[in-house]
Amino acid sequence: MIGLSHYLIISAALFSLGILCVLTRRNAVNVLMGIELILNAANLNLIAFSKYSAGNIDGQVFAIFIIVVAASEAAVALAIVLSMYRIIRSVNLDRADTLKG
Amino acid sequence: MNPQILTDLKLFYPEIILTFALLIVVVADIAFPRISRGLSFLLTALGLIGALIANIRLLSADSGTLFFGVLSLDPMSLFFNCFLILTSLFILIVAAGSRELSRRNMGEFYALLLGVTLAMMLLVASADMLMLYLALEMVSIGSYILVGYLKTDRQSNEASLKYLLFGAVATGSMLYGMTIIYGLTGTTKLAAIQDALYQGAASGNNSVMLLIATVLILAGFGFKMAAVPFHFWCPDVYSGAPTPVTAFLSIAPKAAAFAVLIRFFFTAFSDASPGMGHYSNISSVHWTALLILISVASMTLGNIAALRQENMKRLLAYSSIAHAGYILMGAVVLTEQGLQSVLVYLVTYLFMNLGAFLVVIAIYNHTGSFDIQDYRGLLKRSPFLTVSMSFFMLSLMGIPPFAGFLGKLYVFGAAVNNNLAWFAVIGALNSVVAVYYYARVIKTMIIETSGDTTPLPVSFTNCFLVWLMVLPTIGLMLFWSSVEKWTLSSVTLLLGG
Repeated sequence: MIGLSHYLIISAALFSLGILCVLTRRNAVNVLMGIELILNAANLNLIAFSKYSAGNIDGQVFAIFIIVVAASEAAVALAIVLSMYRIIRSVNLDRADTLKG
Repeated sequence: MNPQILTDLKLFYPEIILTFALLIVVVADIAFPRISRGLSFLLTALGLIGALIANIRLLSADSGTLFFGVLSLDPMSLFFNCFLILTSLFILIVAAGSRELSRRNMGEFYALLLGVTLAMMLLVASADMLMLYLALEMVSIGSYILVGYLKTDRQSNEASLKYLLFGAVATGSMLYGMTIIYGLTGTTKLAAIQDALYQGAASGNNSVMLLIATVLILAGFGFKMAAVPFHFWCPDVYSGAPTPVTAFLSIAPKAAAFAVLIRFFFTAFSDASPGMGHYSNISSVHWTALLILISVASMTLGNIAALRQENMKRLLAYSSIAHAGYILMGAVVLTEQGLQSVLVYLVTYLFMNLGAFLVVIAIYNHTGSFDIQDYRGLLKRSPFLTVSMSFFMLSLMGIPPFAGFLGKLYVFGAAVNNNLAWFAVIGALNSVVAVYYYARVIKTMIIETSGDTTPLPVSFTNCFLVWLMVLPTIGLMLFWSSVEKWTLSSVTLLLGG
């Protein structure tokens, strides 16, 4: 029988993988994928809590809003990465190093 | 339609005005491309002034929640709304006269500025975690674009990318923390979370989960107010962004983050003793200790890192991190006096910090440099800018006749009054360290000389704005009693649904 804890373990794993991805990847697009993992971990949490423990649909409504925000964030993020690519011809974050001190 | 919504809409005029102004600016920018620069400026200014007037008219309204407990209308949110609209109005005028932005189409810039202002107003009033998250993301996404507004400039792009990656991770972590709180309490409303915590929703084994959730949520707030250890983006973004945007980021989103931090922790995690002006922590997490840690780290690291900065924008970035630490000091003492000190500090900080950035912009408009070495011999080139910059620096130090002293006095006083004298001592020691780098700027301008003695012209708008900042910086002490009265009447938070 699959219960709340299974969902929570998967979501915690997704969150950790997302953080790991953000910290280790040097490619800007891969980092954005890690951010998506973090947001979806939160979504999974919300839906599992909404079904098993909270007993209301607030969590599911919250999750729908997060999907919308994730899409708009990805749109802005890809636009910024693209305009960065136009200037330095690379999406490698190690090349974004002119600001220091 | 539910009649409740119609009555709530009457209390929502400032936000509605800003929304319409935003849409009109976008359309006007496309419809009249030839006069778009002046037209969109005028429309944005009208929108902000309209929202400010609507907001002032609401000051006498009763406290309550709007739209089924999603937004709260209380003296605190109205105070911050006024503060944020006023800041945006100043930034609007600064941006219109800035050389960095002069080649860009400004319609979109003004629309984004209005959008971020609207989001910040929703943020400071949010009484529900869903609203809080949406408003915070709206502030963040708007700010990412503003930072990268110079599309063809490499530094602006880099700053925007760094801001975006840090911001997305910080808000994502905050969101994960919020979902844990939803799981523990079964609700997203702050007032209902307080009830659930009161009934022991997060006691025993669950208190570890609550601690994790609190730390994750602090990451989101800490990112917005640029407090250590969530400050890594701050110096890079501040130096890469167009300077008017830097000035905006160093004041408005920071103030909004303090407002939402206070609202979140004071309504969901603490309980007010009626009539005593005192709050107590009801959760199993010692979040005040966490905030003290962040505050001490921000003050110390910000001030020490600022000592060796050669770029004026980076220096002000580290100084703003240190100031976040001072302001946070007022929030951890859990009394109304502490809350009042946060408001007083933010008001003084608005004038002195925006003033300092204005002088930086005025100098850049002529010399094209942010390097402190290029400020040598400024006394001969522009006595007006030198004297006003010195006033702002002295005020940021917290030297008595200037406004900054008032803010520090309130914050340290609140800490001492609540048996946190050691905390105030750390703050005072930090202010001593800060004197060094602020005084260095004054020394460079006045004592050091350079071969270049050509006068440095200042445009009329910049001159006017610098005056507008200098006068409160010098004169706020004279109106001390009205500042005291206004902020004291604004510390009332709406508790409960």
